[in-house]
Amino acid sequence: MHSTNQIIKFVLIMTALVAVVLAGMNTVLKPIHQKNEAVYNKRAILAAVNDFLPSPVTELNDDQVEEIFSKITQTVIKADGSLVDKDGVIASGYKEGTASSIDMGKERKKAETEKIYPAYLFTSDAGKKYYIVTVRGKGLWDEIWGNIAFEEDINTIAGVSFDHKAETPGLGAEIKDNKDFYNQFKGKKIYDNGELRSVFVRKGGAKDPVYEVDGISGATITADGVTEMMSRGLKYYEPYFQSIKG
Amino acid sequence: MAETKVLEKKESGLSFGKAERKLLTDPLDSNNPITVQVLGICSALAVTTLVSKAFVMAIAVVFVLAFSNLITSYLRNSIPKQVRMIVQLVIIAALVTVVELTLKAVNYPIFKELSVFIGLIITNCIIMGRLEAYAMSNRPWRSFLDGIGNGIGYGIILIIVAVIREFFGKGALAGVKIIGPSADYWLNTTTSSWLGWYSHNNLFVLFPSAMFVIGILIWIHRSWRPNLVDIS
Repeated sequence: MHSTNQIIKFVLIMTALVAVVLAGMNTVLKPIHQKNEAVYNKRAILAAVNDFLPSPVTELNDDQVEEIFSKITQTVIKADGSLVDKDGVIASGYKEGTASSIDMGKERKKAETEKIYPAYLFTSDAGKKYYIVTVRGKGLWDEIWGNIAFEEDINTIAGVSFDHKAETPGLGAEIKDNKDFYNQFKGKKIYDNGELRSVFVRKGGAKDPVYEVDGISGATITADGVTEMMSRGLKYYEPYFQSIKG
Repeated sequence: MAETKVLEKKESGLSFGKAERKLLTDPLDSNNPITVQVLGICSALAVTTLVSKAFVMAIAVVFVLAFSNLITSYLRNSIPKQVRMIVQLVIIAALVTVVELTLKAVNYPIFKELSVFIGLIITNCIIMGRLEAYAMSNRPWRSFLDGIGNGIGYGIILIIVAVIREFFGKGALAGVKIIGPSADYWLNTTTSSWLGWYSHNNLFVLFPSAMFVIGILIWIHRSWRPNLVDIS
């Protein structure tokens, strides 16, 4: 039998040891974690313009992703369309001050006037311009988000990439995994006679060839989440779109 | 490598005889943690949609189980009995965090895929079960082997289930597309398209299928080894 003193001593020493080891390991590996995370996010953004990259984004290595991304023009905007400079981004809590460092999950929780949004301008090897914006919303279990690329008219969708935190594999997770789903968005339009209409994910099959895509059977709530995320997310960007169009 | 191990054995009692071999092979068959002890079912349902996920999970569990057994066994005489469960939990949690941090640095996409399930190794009943049942009353070297054996026994079932689920659910194995309705799939492009009628059974991607697959595996295992039937 151990006395209470011995027990407390044992537990204290062990906890301290474990804490020191884990904290040390975390500190050593943190730069690698951050780099991995940044590259992962950049891949997701480039996935929206997958068709216009030199090779598909899954076949690029990390250095190539960084290189392509370094040529992208990054812009940060507010909901009223005004631009935010680097210091403004840093003031919002992102040390790097770039658009790609913005955490949309954090921004969602801020007040409307304080939210900042990333926007990217990608120029393909063929010299065409693509505007990429980021949207975020709610799926069935947790958050979903996506990057949407537009052609130069900021109306026709050039490509999208979606991701999710915890959607059901085989059902809601198909928004990320099933290329038959996300490729449907290519060529769809978001403006109807100058009014923002966004793209509707229709359960049971698209009825409109220009503004609707087929839903995923068994994943109605996730699909509705995508519809909602796109219409609300694109609305935030509308002043910015107008300012580009002039 | 092999020679240095032989030397170690003589010096520190790391012998590898019949009893030690049994520690490694028993959990693969007659004492399998999943099909016989029916432990660790929860993660077996969750991470078996893809072979690659199951493989990483299996390696992680082998590592955590082997080293938590080893550490617990070294400390077994000094761990106060009143708090032994908490001490075991701290050991397991620390090792799981090590796995998590390492995986995050080595393969970030897989880390994202497995996300919460790596953390849930802490609650994997196999690990707690082996610590209580074996490591608390046996010497370190044997406990270590017991951990590896049970980890592999768990991992093998995980991978078998994942192979079945990925093949029927996605027509692929470890990410290689084999059979399916479009030209991306290997069997359709290299031979003819006579297999084009095959469409994937989405049930196999969903969790309930793992329950059926594991149930059928247990059935097959017990018909093959009738002496296991009386255990439960």
